[in-house]
Amino acid sequence: MSRIQTRFAVLKQEGRGALIPYLQACDPDYDTSLELLRAMPAAGADLIEIGVPFSDPSADGPTIQAAALRGLKAGATLGLVLQMVRAFRETDSETPIVLMGYLNPIDSYGPAEFCFDAAQAGVDGIIVVDMPTEEADLLDAHAREAGLDIISLVAPTTSNSRLFHVLRDATGFVYYVSITGITGTSSASAADLEKALPRIREATNLPVAVGFGISTPEQARTASRIGDAAVVASALIKTMAGTLEDGRATERTVPAVLAQLEALAAAVRA
Amino acid sequence: MTNTSSPLSSSLANSLRSGPDQRGRFGIFGGRFVAETLIPLLFELDEAYRAAQADPAFREELDYYLKDYVGRPSPLWFARHLTEELGGAKVYFKREELNHTGSHKLNNVMGQILVARRMGKTRIVAETGAGQHGVATATVCALFGLKCTIYMGATDVERQKPNVFRMHLLGAEVKPVTAGAGTLKDAMNEAMRDWVANVADTYFLVGTVAGPHPYPEMVRDFQSVIGVETKEQITQAEGRLPDVIVAAIGGGSNAMGIFHPFLDDADVKLIGVEAAGHGLDSGKTAASISRGRPGVLHGNRTYLLQDKHGQIEEAHSISAGLDYPGIGPEHSWLNDIGRAEYVGVTDEEALEAFQVCTRTEGIIPALECAHGLAHVMKIAPTMAKDQIIVLNVSGRGDKDIFTVAHHLGVKL
Repeated sequence: MSRIQTRFAVLKQEGRGALIPYLQACDPDYDTSLELLRAMPAAGADLIEIGVPFSDPSADGPTIQAAALRGLKAGATLGLVLQMVRAFRETDSETPIVLMGYLNPIDSYGPAEFCFDAAQAGVDGIIVVDMPTEEADLLDAHAREAGLDIISLVAPTTSNSRLFHVLRDATGFVYYVSITGITGTSSASAADLEKALPRIREATNLPVAVGFGISTPEQARTASRIGDAAVVASALIKTMAGTLEDGRATERTVPAVLAQLEALAAAVRA
Repeated sequence: MTNTSSPLSSSLANSLRSGPDQRGRFGIFGGRFVAETLIPLLFELDEAYRAAQADPAFREELDYYLKDYVGRPSPLWFARHLTEELGGAKVYFKREELNHTGSHKLNNVMGQILVARRMGKTRIVAETGAGQHGVATATVCALFGLKCTIYMGATDVERQKPNVFRMHLLGAEVKPVTAGAGTLKDAMNEAMRDWVANVADTYFLVGTVAGPHPYPEMVRDFQSVIGVETKEQITQAEGRLPDVIVAAIGGGSNAMGIFHPFLDDADVKLIGVEAAGHGLDSGKTAASISRGRPGVLHGNRTYLLQDKHGQIEEAHSISAGLDYPGIGPEHSWLNDIGRAEYVGVTDEEALEAFQVCTRTEGIIPALECAHGLAHVMKIAPTMAKDQIIVLNVSGRGDKDIFTVAHHLGVKL
C-alpha cells in the first residue's frame, strides 16, 4: 500500500477525516519552510500539500499569489522543492506529501524525469491545477511507472457523467474544489458539501479531500466529516504572512502557523 | 451533387487550414490547459460555437453587424508615396484601422458577443493590453446592454489613458491589475480568476488567438474576414496574389486573420513581426518565438518567454498591445513547420516607422502595426518593383500619441 492509502486506512479505523495543511515551498525562505514542514506532522497534519511556486498562478487568490512570489524571490525551483522533500523524509517516512502546482515548471523539468525524481525524493502525489483529464496523458504513464499518484481535481461544475470520466483511473485521493472560484476567497456551506459529496462518491471509492475556502477549525471539521479530508491553505499562509517583517521570517513565524494548525487539528479530531 | 468521393474534404485533409484537431491542437501546440472548473464551460462554448457556425441565421446576423456597425469591408490601400520612398516592392495597406473602435479587434468581439448572447450570458469579462480589445468589448456590451468588466495591467492603464477613459464612457468597469509587471499577462491571469469565480453568468471574451481551445480557432475564424477580403481586393487590384504579407504579432490575432486564408497559397510569403523591445538579445523583448521556447500558459501550449525553470518572464515592448510573453498556438505551429516566418522589430525601429507612415501616407498607425511597417521598410527596397507586399494596418495610432511624444521628448 502507498503512504496515501495507508494513511487514509488508518484514519478510517480511527473514525475521523484527515487534515491536510498547505505550505508554499521557500515561503519566505527555504529553511523556514523546511522547519515548518518538519514540524507539521506533530502539530496535527495527516497529509501535507506543498505548493510549488509559479509566476502565474491563475487559479489562486491573492494570498497564495503573494506566497508564490515570495517563494520565487527566495530562489524556489522544482529541483529545490524536491530537495526539501528529501530533507523531510530523513525524519519522517510516513506522512504523505503531495505537491501542488502548475504544469509549466514540470514541463520544463521534463515530465518523465520529474516523475522519477519526485518519487525518489519521497513525494507521494501531485496535483497539477492546469492539467485536466484531457491533457493528463502528458504525465500519466510516467507517474504510474514511478508510483506517483496524480490527484484528480473535480469541481462543482463537473457533471455527474463527467465525474465518471475524470475519476475512472484516478488514484490516491480525489481533490474536490468546493467552490467555483479561486483559492482563499469564498467558502462552500455544509449544505453544499452534503449535496456534492454523494455525487462524487457515486463515481469513486477513493477518499475525497475538500479544499478551497476552508479557513476556520469549524469549517475544517465540517469538511473532514462530510468528505474524508480538509485542505487548509490560504488561512495558514495569511497567518504566516502576518508574522513577516520586510518579507522575512521572524521568531513568531513558525510557532504562529503551528498554533493555528493545532487548533485546526483539534477540531478535526474532536 | 452526385460526387460522393467529396473532393472538398480530401483537399482539406491536405490543407494547412484544417486545424486544430479534436483536442484543440495545432501540431504539439494548443490544447486545453485550464483548471477542471473551466473544462465543462469550454465544452459548452465549443458546442455553442459549432451550433452557431452551422446556423445560417448566425452568419447573416454577424454579416449585418460587420457591414453596418463595424464598417466592413475595410479598404485595401495602395500606399503610393511610401512605395516611392522605399523604392522597391509595391506596398498595400489593409485598412483595419478604419473599423469602428479603430482596430481589427471588433471583428472578433462582434462574433463572440453574438455567441455569448446565444449562450444566454449576461456578463462579459475581458483582458486588454493596449486597450483596443477592451474598448471593442466595452463597445459591444454598450450596444447589447451587457455588464462588462475589463482587466488591464496597471502599467498599461497608465500608458493607454485615452482608451481607459473610452471604456469608462462606454459603461465598462476597468480593473487595474497590479500583480507582476502590470501588463497583459497579469490582466489575463486576473480575467481567468474572475471567470472561474463567476462561471454561471459570465462569458470570457478572449481578445487574441490564444487561450484554451476553442478560443484560438474561434478568434481566428472571426478575424479571417481580413484575409478573405484581402484576397479578393488584391486580386481585383493586381490580378494576382501578393508576394508577401506582413503583420505585427502580440498574441497574433490580426496576423492570423490575414494569414489564414492564404495558408494554402504556397507562393505567398507570410511574415509575423514580433516586438523585439530593446533588441532580441537585450533581455527586454516580447519576441516569444524568436527568444522563447514551448511551454504551457493561459490554457495553451505555445512558445513562451520563460526562464530555464519554467517561470514565465516579463515581456517588454513600447507597444502595450505586443507586451505579452506568449503567442497564439497556431503561430507556434506555423513557425515550426516553416509556413510563416517570424522576425523581430525594436521599439526604435517601430517609432521611426510610425513617423514615416504618418508623413508619407497621412495615416497614423498604432504602434503595434508600426512594427509591421518597420519590417516592410526593411524588405521592400530589396524587392523588385513589380512585387507586392500587403501590410495589415491593424489599428490607428491616436491612442499612442502620448507614448510617441514622450519618446520624442515632446511634452503634450
